[in-house]
Amino acid sequence: MELNEILLYGIMIMTILSAAIVTFSNKIIYSAFALLLTFTGFAALYIYLSADFLAVVQILIYVGGILILIIFGVLMTQRMYDLSALTAHNSLWLTLGGGAAVAAILALIIFKNSWAPLVDKSFQATTDAIGSAILTEYLLPFEIASLLLLGALIGAVYIARAGDDAK
Amino acid sequence: MIPLNAFLITAAVIFVLGIITILYKKNAVGILMGVELILNSVNLNFIAFARYIDHQINGQIIALFVIILAAAEAAIALAIILNIYRTRTTIDVTQIDHMSS
Repeated sequence: MELNEILLYGIMIMTILSAAIVTFSNKIIYSAFALLLTFTGFAALYIYLSADFLAVVQILIYVGGILILIIFGVLMTQRMYDLSALTAHNSLWLTLGGGAAVAAILALIIFKNSWAPLVDKSFQATTDAIGSAILTEYLLPFEIASLLLLGALIGAVYIARAGDDAK
Repeated sequence: MIPLNAFLITAAVIFVLGIITILYKKNAVGILMGVELILNSVNLNFIAFARYIDHQINGQIIALFVIILAAAEAAIALAIILNIYRTRTTIDVTQIDHMSS
C-alpha cells in the first residue's frame, strides 16, 4: 500500500470516529467541536477526489461559517432551566434500530450494484471549469441561489431579532 | 487507484450516523448537527461519482449548490431555535408541543 492510500484511510477513519463522537457524545459542546474534525476530514477527502475548489469552499463555509453559527447557538442556549434536559436523549436501542435499517438499505445499494466503468484521468484544476459552468450552463440556478441567500439573510434577521413588544 | 467503494462506504457510514443523531438527540442544535452530517455525506457521494464515473464538472456544481443551501438552512434553523429559546426557555424538541393540545 502506498503512502497516500494509508493517509487516505487514516483520514476516513478520523472522519468516521469524529462523526461518531458527534452522535454519541453526551455534551452538546463536545459534539460541536467534534464536528470541526468531521468537516475538515471531508475537505481532505475532497482533495483526494481532485475537487480542489470544493475543498476550499468546504473549509470556508462549513468550518468558517456554519460551525461558528452552531457553536454560537450552543453557547446562546446553554442556560436551560432544567439541567437534566440538557443531556437527555431518546431511547438508544430504538434509534440504533432505525440506523441499522437505513444501513441495511445503503449496504444493499452499494454492494448489489454494478457501477459504471470507472475512468481514471489525471488531475486538472477545477476552478476554471466551475467558474465558466456557473456563468453559462448553470446561470439560472446561480441566480436563484443568490435570491435564496438574500431571502434567508432577511428572514433570519427578522426571526431572530427581539420583538417590539418584548422590549 | 483508490476504489470507489471506499468513498461510498465512508459516506454511507456518516449518513447513518447523521440519521442516528437526528433520532437520538433531543437538543434542537444537536438535530441540526445531524442534518449537516447527512448533507456532507451526500456531497461526498456526488463528488466521488463526479470523479470516478462522470469525470465532468456537474457533480461538483451540485455539491456547491448543496453547500449554499446548507448555509441558508443553518442560519434559518438557528434563528428559529434562538426564538424558541427566548419564548420557551428550552430547546428540547420533546417539550415544544404547544400546537398538539
